[in-house]
Amino acid sequence: MARPVRFNIHPKKADIHDNIAIADMPEGSQGEGYFATNFEKIVGLARKNSLWPLPFATSCCGIEFMATMAPHYDLARFGAERLGFTPRQCDLLMVMGTISKKMAPVVKQVYLQMAEPRWVMAVGACACSGGIFDTYSVLQGIDQVVPVDVYVPGCPPRPEAIIDGVLRIQDLVHNESLRRRNTPEYKALLNSYGIQ
Amino acid sequence: MSLTNEIVQQRLTEYFGEAVFNFTAPYGMLTFETPKENNLKVLQFLYDELGFQFLTDVTAVHYPNDKGRELAVVYHLHNLVENIRIRFKVFTDINTPDVFTATRLFESANWQERETYDFYGVNFVGHPNLRRIMNVDEMDYFPQRKEYPVEDQTRRDKDDEMFGRGGDTAFTKDVY
Repeated sequence: MARPVRFNIHPKKADIHDNIAIADMPEGSQGEGYFATNFEKIVGLARKNSLWPLPFATSCCGIEFMATMAPHYDLARFGAERLGFTPRQCDLLMVMGTISKKMAPVVKQVYLQMAEPRWVMAVGACACSGGIFDTYSVLQGIDQVVPVDVYVPGCPPRPEAIIDGVLRIQDLVHNESLRRRNTPEYKALLNSYGIQ
Repeated sequence: MSLTNEIVQQRLTEYFGEAVFNFTAPYGMLTFETPKENNLKVLQFLYDELGFQFLTDVTAVHYPNDKGRELAVVYHLHNLVENIRIRFKVFTDINTPDVFTATRLFESANWQERETYDFYGVNFVGHPNLRRIMNVDEMDYFPQRKEYPVEDQTRRDKDDEMFGRGGDTAFTKDVY
């Protein structure tokens, strides 16, 4: 029996009309052949849509993250296509899973190895607060060792929640002032974690 | 003839006499006790004569109200040929928790004794590298001893009554 062939014989053109998200143009003035805007806004736009996440997955939240990266949820849609597995290349540290007290110096080391500007996302109840592991051996939230930008609740959070967290990170990246990392407040924050 | 609990018990009592006692068999697993000075002799005898050549587990139990014998070190052994398991315990005072190491007999005892030391503070005399293995090196107590609460004591944002912190815990009520 002939197998019905459904693909590739008469390829249908994909309907891309109104089907692709395009980043909005930043505010600015434009005219014939030129466009002028803030440098800050351009940099924010570029950074926001090309985040390199560093996955630090220690338990079940890491499995949800794998689903987030896989085609069904597809984090690549938001410009976070490329996972870096060295902290020196990455902008976004995603800590997913229980961090024991013995692991805490490792998280901090990884954070220190990242270059500024860097963002941190705590995914799941354990990374946010220790979760159900209220015990002597578990760090009660990674914000005890590194500053955290976005907390994603859930045990474990669904991929949609992780994507939402990434979008919140994108908001921060987009709106961050270029001078933020030089402000006394930011330095005081890092100092409170013992980071120079 | 296959090895049974009765034969193991008989051979042990023949060889050690009064030094092995409290024979029980909870869930069919032969269990007995021996003085702590005797633990290596028992292990060696079981290894050579009865074929218990696999040390499955070394762990400890803390009985805070059993004065003079607060810590029990438990050895689990397996005879792979006969497929029979036994376990024996040695008790020690918590102020002098010195027990001879089994690392000369079993390489696997190295890891397991370090873990037992880490959580219960049993001092295995003669162990080549007795330091913490699971917990952070800076930890200054033995967390599985019953006087220490299991909860992390640095938290201030959880309701103490709901999370068993402070106040009346099972330990302070002396219910053991």
